[in-house]
Amino acid sequence: MALYSDKVMDHFTNPRNVGIIEDADGIGEVGNAVCGDIMKIYLKIDKESGIISDVKFKTFGCGSAIASSSMATEMIKGKPLSQALELTNKAVAEALDGLPAHKMHCSVLAEEAIRAAIKDYYDKNGIEYDRSKFPEPHEEEHGETEE
Amino acid sequence: MEKKIIYVDNAATTAMSDRAIAAMQPYFKGIYGNPSSLHTVGQTAKEALDGARRKIAACLNCEPGEVYFTSGGSEADNQCIRSAALQGAKKGKKHIISTAFEHHAVLHTLKKLEKEGFEVTYLDVHGNGLITAEEVKAAIRPDTALVTIMYANNEVGTIQPISQIGKVCREAGVVFHTDAVQAAGHIPVDVRADSIDMLSLSAHKFHGPKGVGALYCRKGLPLLTFIEGGAQEKGKRAGTENIPGIVGMAAALEEACGNMQENAERLTRMRDRLIDGLLKVPYSGLNGDREHRLPGNINISFEGAEGESLILYADALGICLSSGSACTTASLQPSHVLMSLGLPHEVAHCSLRITLGDTNTEEDVDYMLVHIPEVVKKVRDISSLWDDYVSGKIKHIYDK
Repeated sequence: MALYSDKVMDHFTNPRNVGIIEDADGIGEVGNAVCGDIMKIYLKIDKESGIISDVKFKTFGCGSAIASSSMATEMIKGKPLSQALELTNKAVAEALDGLPAHKMHCSVLAEEAIRAAIKDYYDKNGIEYDRSKFPEPHEEEHGETEE
Repeated sequence: MEKKIIYVDNAATTAMSDRAIAAMQPYFKGIYGNPSSLHTVGQTAKEALDGARRKIAACLNCEPGEVYFTSGGSEADNQCIRSAALQGAKKGKKHIISTAFEHHAVLHTLKKLEKEGFEVTYLDVHGNGLITAEEVKAAIRPDTALVTIMYANNEVGTIQPISQIGKVCREAGVVFHTDAVQAAGHIPVDVRADSIDMLSLSAHKFHGPKGVGALYCRKGLPLLTFIEGGAQEKGKRAGTENIPGIVGMAAALEEACGNMQENAERLTRMRDRLIDGLLKVPYSGLNGDREHRLPGNINISFEGAEGESLILYADALGICLSSGSACTTASLQPSHVLMSLGLPHEVAHCSLRITLGDTNTEEDVDYMLVHIPEVVKKVRDISSLWDDYVSGKIKHIYDK
C-alpha cells in the first residue's frame, strides 16, 4: 500500500482501544459528517492522580482517521492529563511514520478530540483551567473535488 | 501464495484485451512509420490509421471522416465543448445546458466558459440519477449554443434517455454533445439513431490502451483546432498520430461491440446478484436507477460506514473497488455525483462502487457477497456515526 505507511496500516487494520466507556469521565467529539470524519474519545480518569486510566474511541472516517485515533489513544493511555494536553497532531502523525499531506487534518482531529474530552471532564467536575488552551476545534476547509 | 485479486473497478480503467494487445504489436517496431511520410513505411502506417478510423466509425454508425483521434476522453470533451461554444458565440449564442453530475472534464470546461462570458444551466438530476428530455427541452432558449449531457454516469451508472434528448436538440437546432466514455463498447451507441452531433470516448474504458481516445463530430459542424502545428486529423489536432494506441483502441472497440450483447447479459446477471445480495446488509441503499443502468455498475451506500475505510479493508481481502467518499480524493467533499442525487453528506461518504468487467466471474460475485458485508460490519463497529444511528440520535434513511 503506497498511500499509507505500514504503521498507519497496522493501526487501521488492528485499531487499538476501539469502543465506548459507558461511565466515562470525559467525552470529546469533533469533526462532522459534511467532511466525512467524526471522532469520539471516551476517557476514564483516576481523580486522585489525574491519570488517564482508560481510553476508548469510535471514529467515522477514513483509514488515516482511524489510525490517528488508535495511535493517539495509545499515546495518552496511562498518562497524566497534563501530558495528554501536550499531545500535538504532529506527534501523532510522526508516531504513524507520517501521513499524506491531505490527510494531516485527521491527526488534527485526534488532538482536538482528546482536548475536547479533557475539557468535558474539567467542566463536569468544576475544575478550573486555562481557557486559552482549549480553542474551538477548527473548521475544515472545503476545496473542490479532484479525481 | 499469490494474493487473490478481484478487480472490480472497471469504470476507472480496464485490463487490455488480448486482441487489442496483439493488434498493437506490429506498430511498435515493424510498422513504425509516420503516416505523414510518403514512402512505403509511412503509408503502411497511414493504412492502419485509416483502417482504425473505419472500424470506430462502424461501431458508432458514422462516417470515418467524422472520427478524430485524441489523447483520451477528457481531451475529446474539451475539444467538443469548446468548439460548439465558440461556434455559438459567433452567432451571439452564449448559453449552454448540461447536468450537475457530469465528469469534471465537462464541468471544469463549462466553469471556465462561464468565466469567459457564457451562461450555463446545470439541470438537476433526479434522485434516481436521471434527467428527462422534457427537462432539456424546457431549458433550451433562443441563445442556446450547446447541450452536453453524458451518455452514462461513471459513478452511479445511470443511462440517460440520449436518443430522446438528441431528438429534442435536433428539433431545436441546438448542437448536442455527449460524453460517452462509460457507454461506448458497453451499450449500443448509434450517433445517427440518437441524433448526436458530437461525442467523446476513451479507449481504456473498453479494454483498449490508455492515453488514446476519439471524438465524433458530425459532418458540417465546425471543429476547433485544439493543437496547432500540423495537418494531422484534418488540421484539428496536430502531432504525429499514436498509431499503436489508435490501432489498439479500434481493435478493442470492435471486439467490445461484437460481443456487446453477450457481455452485457453476463454482467447484468452478476450485477443484479450483487445488488440483491448487498442490499440485504441492513440500512443500505442503491444509488442510481436500477433499470436504466450500465450492465456492470453497482453503487451502494452503507449507512455509518465510511467509504475509504471500506475500500482499504476490501483491498486487504483482494477486492479492488472505489467509493464516492471525500477521503478518496484530495478534498473533503464527497462526490459531486452522489450529492447531485440529493444524498445527505453522511450517506454520500458511505458509498461503494463496484464496476464489473470482462475478467470477472460468478465466483468473484460469491466472494464479494461473503466478504463485503463483513467489511461493512467491521467499519461500522469502529464508527461513531453508526453508534448515533443505533442510539437514534440520527435517523436512518434506508430500511433495515
